[in-house]
Amino acid sequence: METILQAVDLCKVYGNGTAANKFVNLTVRRGEILGLVGENGAGKSTLMKVVYGEEAPSSGSLLLDGKPVRFGSSRDAIAAGIGMVHQHFMLVPSLTLAENLVLGREPRKKSGMYDLDRAVRIAEELSAKYNLRIIPWARVVDVSVSMRQKLEILKTLYRGARILILDEPTSVLTPQETDELFAELKALRDKGQTIIFISHKLGEVFQLCDRVTVMRDGAVIGTHDIGDVDRQTISNEMVGREVRLTLDKTPAAPGATALEVRDLSFVDDFGITMVDRVSFSLRKGEVLGVVGVDGNGQSELVRILTGHARTLTGSVRKGEEDLTNAPPRRIRKAGVAHVAEDRMTVGAALPASIADNLLADRYSEPAFTGGGGFLRRSAIQAEAKGIVERFDIRCSSPNQSVASLSGGNMQKVVIGREFTAAADVLVVSQPTRGVDIGAIEFIHRTILSMRDEGKAILLVSSDLGEVLSLSDSLIVMHAGRIVAWFPEASAVTDKELGLYMLGLKTQDEKEIRKVLHA
Amino acid sequence: MMDFLASVFGSSNYWFIVVRSTAPILLVTLGAVVTEQAGIKNMALEGSMLWAALTGVLASAWTGSPWIGLAAGIAAGVAIALILGLFALKLDANAVLVGIALNLLSTGGTVFVLFSITGDKGISSSLPSKVLPMVSVPLLRDIPWLGKVLSGQNLVVYLSAAAVVVIHVILNKMTIGRRIRATGENVEAARAAGIDPDRIKFFTLVISGILAGLAGCFLSMGYTSNFTSGISAGRGYVANAAQVVAGGTAVGSIFAALIFGVTDALATFLQSRGLPPELIQALPYAVTILGFVVVTLIRDKREAARKLKLFAGKDDR
Repeated sequence: METILQAVDLCKVYGNGTAANKFVNLTVRRGEILGLVGENGAGKSTLMKVVYGEEAPSSGSLLLDGKPVRFGSSRDAIAAGIGMVHQHFMLVPSLTLAENLVLGREPRKKSGMYDLDRAVRIAEELSAKYNLRIIPWARVVDVSVSMRQKLEILKTLYRGARILILDEPTSVLTPQETDELFAELKALRDKGQTIIFISHKLGEVFQLCDRVTVMRDGAVIGTHDIGDVDRQTISNEMVGREVRLTLDKTPAAPGATALEVRDLSFVDDFGITMVDRVSFSLRKGEVLGVVGVDGNGQSELVRILTGHARTLTGSVRKGEEDLTNAPPRRIRKAGVAHVAEDRMTVGAALPASIADNLLADRYSEPAFTGGGGFLRRSAIQAEAKGIVERFDIRCSSPNQSVASLSGGNMQKVVIGREFTAAADVLVVSQPTRGVDIGAIEFIHRTILSMRDEGKAILLVSSDLGEVLSLSDSLIVMHAGRIVAWFPEASAVTDKELGLYMLGLKTQDEKEIRKVLHA
Repeated sequence: MMDFLASVFGSSNYWFIVVRSTAPILLVTLGAVVTEQAGIKNMALEGSMLWAALTGVLASAWTGSPWIGLAAGIAAGVAIALILGLFALKLDANAVLVGIALNLLSTGGTVFVLFSITGDKGISSSLPSKVLPMVSVPLLRDIPWLGKVLSGQNLVVYLSAAAVVVIHVILNKMTIGRRIRATGENVEAARAAGIDPDRIKFFTLVISGILAGLAGCFLSMGYTSNFTSGISAGRGYVANAAQVVAGGTAVGSIFAALIFGVTDALATFLQSRGLPPELIQALPYAVTILGFVVVTLIRDKREAARKLKLFAGKDDR
């Protein structure tokens, strides 16, 4: 097969001296699906930014159809036939799908006015041609995530993309939607499209790709035909050492109810019921996993439980204490810790130091604040040092700002604070999102050891594999409701979960009520 | 007092003044709406109005033509908006702070220029400046009562009505309107679609500069026939509040501007009733703030009620 895109000895050194790409050689063949894998910070994103014209290479060259190209901006790359579907969708929520599709290249009437009818027609035609089903006249806020993604793919095709870059496209999809996407991508490939698929989920790479390129520390480690390698080889190449892909997990010994959640409801600003009378009991010594496609109420549920949103109905009780709509500080005082889903905005204060972040929930305790409200620096330093060591936070000193840490280490700061808080209930949301494999292994083991200490853990994650391997029991959320409860997480397959996640199946009321343990 | 108010609200004279008072605030509110839709706050509308009012007077006095005065005034209004754009978009300064700085500069700067030229710090009456013409509208003027209210207004009043239509078309019927909305709502999405957000924002700033320039010229060449220090009297700030009441639409701007216009005109009438003039002068602003609060409260309440209703609606499953 002929080569369509080639990077030759490509280097990218940022202003601060970080070499994000070191002599990268990448070959993409026409009409193939190439997997690009690597840990966070391995240089995948930088490489793709160079290919998409968002960054200029420091040295080396890029060949398109055998001819050297230099993109000044992504506009040049788009004009050359390269399209990118970002991990975070680039859509305007209040506009319709058709309006989003043609944004930047709008059809006009003879009078020069915007031609909405033709925009809808273009959307219908493209949708039919590539068999990517969308509703052109619906507004983006009203359609599912998977339809938004199809729209993003259509957007690149509308702009004439021959090479399609997909950045972690499955992180927001159910297993069924993922299968559907893969079938659509394979159909696109068979029509002659070239696709670069960025992922860290090896299973998907093996399912979809023709070849796979592995990156580590800014360099390409190897490229393989998918038939010639196995998962273990790729994992080892990604991390640079032997990785244990399985967790040793002892059976749980659930105790008394630690957190009693009854009838919580939440309606968002668009008037959509995001949480619909959710009830469950969280027991000591168990990890209760919450499964669902992103946007089905998990985030809102966590926000209610941790005092970041108000529930319309129902109650949250911890023992004798009523924590319904209590402020975060009271909830924390009552012994509920919170690993927030977004460490950048809620979980950590980026410009503040590691020490300040680690002690954010306890600086006012007498041990750290002496008489007169003055901080005891030495006690704070000692406590911070302890947590830094215990949680293996890689830094030069606890006084370094959190913003200067890598994603994995930043998350360890959040985990370190929450897991050392005086709490027996842990609400953990997306604990390993955007974290490298080494740190994931560590965080997973820590969660299990907290459980073995008898803490009650509510685990919300959009990584299905993660929830399945860590949880003892599971609830599935769809459209804000609990649609299923599984007392044994290990006895469920992801295909079966997918049916519940999509709302195609629902357990009966009686079965679901068992999660109350009453 | 009730009798007095009844007689005021019934008189065509009062409503004539309402329309006249509404026009300048309507123009700046439209300007605020357009920039806000693109995601940039034009706090310097006040400064644009001040320089436009002064420049219009000076240029018309020197050339003897109100039209050259109008053109020069609008150019001055646009210039201030562009300076805001330069600092906020190209040099990454905070748009609100730059806007306030420009307004302070304009308050002092216009008086300085006025004094340098006329030797008077308060008013430009020594200059032979021109005013923009009144327009008597055929057919409209023959309608009883309504004709007295709507006909015979200054040219700029009719231009402000036209501006509502133009802004409505720009925002809703033209390609650029979609791009403005995309830029304001998700700047990354706009950029990814090949739109240059800075260009869109500059475009809206120019529009708001034209509108504020028109409003400024009206104040010194129609509403009154002189430039006086601080002639814009905070209308540029009011516009940024009115923009919220307008809900981001051109048509909503009429309603928002009317709140100000109705009370501003009322203040004129109340002055004859022996109330302290300072209190009366504060009235339009107080009512605007009140309107702002009321509209926000109503919106919040409706939002909460809507949520509860939507939730309760799911009960019969």
